[in-house]
Amino acid sequence: MAEKLLQIRDLYLYFRTMRGVVKAVDGVNLDMNRDDALAVIGESGCGKTSLIRAILRLLPRNVHTYKGSVVLLDTDIMKLSEERFRTNVRWRRMSMVAQAAMNALNPVIRVGDQVCEPLVVHQGLSKRDALAQAAEVFHLVGVPTDFLNRYAFELSGGMRQRAILAMALVTRPDLVVLDEPTSALDMLTQANIMNVLKGIKKDLQQSFIFITHDVATTSEISDRGVVMYAGQIVEISSAEQFYLNPFHPYSQKLMASVPTLKVKKELEFIPGQPPSLLNPPVGCRFAERCHRRFDMCDQEPPMFTLEDGRQVKCWLYK
Amino acid sequence: MQTVDTKNQPLLEVRDLRQWFELRKFVFSRAGYVKAVDGVSFSLPRGEALALVGESGSGKTTLARTVLGLYKPTSGDVIFEGLSLSTLKHREMRKYRSDLGYVQQDPYGALPPFMSLNTILTEPMIINGVRDKSEQDRRIREVLEEVKLTPADDFINKFPHQLSGGQQQRAVIARAMVLRPKLIAADEPVSMLDASVRVEILRLLRRIQEEHTLAVIYITHDLSTVRYFSERIFIMYAAKTVEKAPVESLLEHHFHPYTTALLAAIPDPDPENAKKFRDVPAGEPPSLVHPPSGCRFHPRCPEAIEGLCDVKEPPEFEPLPGHTAECWLYQ
Repeated sequence: MAEKLLQIRDLYLYFRTMRGVVKAVDGVNLDMNRDDALAVIGESGCGKTSLIRAILRLLPRNVHTYKGSVVLLDTDIMKLSEERFRTNVRWRRMSMVAQAAMNALNPVIRVGDQVCEPLVVHQGLSKRDALAQAAEVFHLVGVPTDFLNRYAFELSGGMRQRAILAMALVTRPDLVVLDEPTSALDMLTQANIMNVLKGIKKDLQQSFIFITHDVATTSEISDRGVVMYAGQIVEISSAEQFYLNPFHPYSQKLMASVPTLKVKKELEFIPGQPPSLLNPPVGCRFAERCHRRFDMCDQEPPMFTLEDGRQVKCWLYK
Repeated sequence: MQTVDTKNQPLLEVRDLRQWFELRKFVFSRAGYVKAVDGVSFSLPRGEALALVGESGSGKTTLARTVLGLYKPTSGDVIFEGLSLSTLKHREMRKYRSDLGYVQQDPYGALPPFMSLNTILTEPMIINGVRDKSEQDRRIREVLEEVKLTPADDFINKFPHQLSGGQQQRAVIARAMVLRPKLIAADEPVSMLDASVRVEILRLLRRIQEEHTLAVIYITHDLSTVRYFSERIFIMYAAKTVEKAPVESLLEHHFHPYTTALLAAIPDPDPENAKKFRDVPAGEPPSLVHPPSGCRFHPRCPEAIEGLCDVKEPPEFEPLPGHTAECWLYQ
């Protein structure tokens, strides 16, 4: 066990815009083992979607800077040519469930044909074999296999989301990235989908990166919590550490703002707004809103690794 | 308008309200109805916050919009301060609407992009006969102060795109408040906002509600915020209110199996969650065109009684005083 699956070093992704350069991902380091489920948590605009776009090399045209290294098992996928990356890595070894992807199914192609497409395109399987494998995965995610012959509009939201999940799993990739996989779904459907994900993780030892702003939902599946703020990772800790006792002041405040159903607690909010990524402040980026700010915070804190394995980007833990 | 004793009567009463939307086939022939709200009754006293909780398509928004007078009910009645909405003439309807505020889900979509905050806030006053310029200005400042868009001078000439999401939602609340309404309907007021801002906006709504003894209808699918921001809670499923209760009572004893399922589905941030599966019924909410016979939840219900639940629609039972459930288990 504990095989290194993914190593991200000094990853930067900047975008060119009319108003200047947006530093969406600004020096990210992240390690991940096989059979690990990572929850990347952050508010909108903190760069979490950009981070996975950088990992999967799904870049828009206005990229300003894109550098660093992303090592998947033993290949540095940043060094591969676009064509090699497309044929060997994307969807074959890493796949993705995009935000609101259930609405992105092609309405005029049967669901089954769409789900088995990655197999035909990336692995050169015949249509029949591909469909057989798709049926297997459909079974896994809890969609009746006769749905393979249906069109997207004949499926409910929850079923469509499962079909999309099947599409991401059909090539049995090393890593599946889920971008807000349940945010457009109803509570019961969401719980059902989370059950499916838990089952897949348990049975197939599938590794996940799970991106969301909904802290409570991430606790359903994550082994580790990764908190992003203003383009940077500010805390990485295990699920036990993170959900019960986060260390970074931002994580603490974020956790305190999550309403809980079972116990009544005093809800808090974070005053102010996250800084602009056009021109992020020098020093700690959270300092302006931080309740524990002190002199040191004018300089940018490095990532401190604590004895229990936590990583926190905050001077308090020097 | 007749005057009635308003001391003891509820601000709003809804009696057996039904809101059906006609489905048409080839423009002319009738293809049935979407029964979006199907027999809902309740009363809402002044100053109380009522939460409508349900999944999408359960009819909570339609119910609020019917109360706001945006739809004409198919049957049943909405009574506001003792007057039935169906009897109101055009002008009285306008007066009625000025007593209501509406906070929409998507603040950016709800604010006209080409109007400054000043214009946005003046508009309702022009329509409702507050014509005096200095009075308008005074009220705008007052209401901006109230939603904490301060100093007012900094914000008054801004356009919606110059505000952050949280500020936009404050502006929407300010617009709802500018006519000093008695009832506010807030439709998922925070679902588009980030977690750290959500609590801030909900607290603001709560404070305004308490200061002005406003009645609030708070629509949400997020049961976990409800405990902090309302007194009573209605659980809606497939166009019906399946359980109605004071918030604390509902969290302690939930009677309807759907409520139980809903409560079981909601995670609190806890590392233990990852270790267990959630006990939730499979399936999806039913079609509202042809809802199931009997209790609408029976096809998914783990406790359905054969021969009863699938045949006869359950009436409202009251297992605890003030706490009702539409479920045969409690007859």
